[in-house]
Amino acid sequence: MHELSICLSLLREVERAARGRSVTEITLAVGPLSGVEPQQLKRAFAVARAGTIAKDAELICRMRPVCFACSACGQEVEAPLDALSCPSCGDWQVRLRSGDKLLLESVTLADGVEKANL
Amino acid sequence: MCEQCGCSLTHERMQLSDDKGIVSSTPADPHAIAVITNILRENDELAAHNRSHLGAHGVLAINLMSSPGSGKTSLIESTIDAIGGRLRIAVIEGDIETENDAARVRAKGVPAVQITTGQTCHLDAHMVHQALHRLDLHAVDLLFIENVGNLVCPASFDLGQHANVTLLSVTEGDDKPVKYPAMFRISDLVLLAKCDLLPVLDDFDPDKARAHVRALANPAPILEVSARRPESLLRWIAWLEERRASLGELSSRNPHAMPPG
Ligand SMILES: Nc1nc2c(ncn2[C@@H]2O[C@H](COP(=O)(O)OP(=O)(O)O)[C@@H](O)[C@H]2O)c(=O)[nH]1
Ligand SMILES: [Mg+2]
Ligand SMILES: [Zn+2]
Ligand SMILES: [Zn+2]
Repeated sequence: MHELSICLSLLREVERAARGRSVTEITLAVGPLSGVEPQQLKRAFAVARAGTIAKDAELICRMRPVCFACSACGQEVEAPLDALSCPSCGDWQVRLRSGDKLLLESVTLADGVEKANL
Repeated sequence: MCEQCGCSLTHERMQLSDDKGIVSSTPADPHAIAVITNILRENDELAAHNRSHLGAHGVLAINLMSSPGSGKTSLIESTIDAIGGRLRIAVIEGDIETENDAARVRAKGVPAVQITTGQTCHLDAHMVHQALHRLDLHAVDLLFIENVGNLVCPASFDLGQHANVTLLSVTEGDDKPVKYPAMFRISDLVLLAKCDLLPVLDDFDPDKARAHVRALANPAPILEVSARRPESLLRWIAWLEERRASLGELSSRNPHAMPPG
């Protein structure tokens, strides 16, 4: 269910970026720790986009890795979700660098946008 | 100005939008616009507004999350009893359908606002903002926000709380943190709830639950509590009082940031 709320927020940001012109493609960067599941997001998007400038748009979700830096030895690593501890020294006191965000990265406008908008 | 409370909502909103709005357009493809925007920007801005509103009134806000039935309302009830008059408490109750939880809290003589979310499985900053306007924040030191019972959706929505507290009851699996990493990673405190039942349960190991939270690189304290044993609530209440006392520093801090070091 929260995927639908997220899609409605997403569409507001897309409308802001596209300033009312119609959109063919929307690219997101999805961190595994953002709590959002791309398949469910896409399903919700297929419903939420109806009647908006993104009604024909494709939603592309690019998964981003979880990256952290070890506080003990300083190593920077990409990690699986459930093992956020340092592979070099084993310390779990690591600082997350990325992987918890849900970002709108780009919006592609339809060809002949001006015409399409008239 | 916020039309309901006269606080400086639009001002903050503009400042935040400057930071996080549209970054640039890509000259290579005239049809592509590069945007780096947090999709939940509107929610997060309103949450920041709630947080500064609460902080300005000296109210510590706690976002209580768990699966349904893990004991959130019971914990609030017994915490009200255990705190006595030392902190003035108010409660915002999130529930899909009923008013029951707010009624339970009101029976303790504490103001409670019920938000029935209908189809929505989480609270968001907008719902909490509206609920805040139904409370007299001048008469509150500690606000519990009982989120909808669900370990997935609430993790994505900042409400304006100062701390996330997640309950894991011992009748659930001790591996819940592995299954719901987003939720357990953002928890500032994890409470192992219903610990009075530990002697009769052989499949919940508090040390395993701790290890699973640490595997998410979360240094949050993990306390064992029981709503049925007031003496088990002492460290939880000490934690609340400490957070309330350091509210000044807290209100400027991003609740989702990992503590340094
Ligand atoms: N044994 C025991 N039962 C509890 C405890 N806390 C809550 N419960 C029971 O668990 C059930 C759900 O509790 P409730 O507070 O409504 O959970 P919520 O849905 O998370 O708000 C109720 O039947 C409670 O009596 C506890 O500390 N020990
Ligand atoms: Mg409840
Ligand atoms: Zn290390
Ligand atoms: Zn307001």
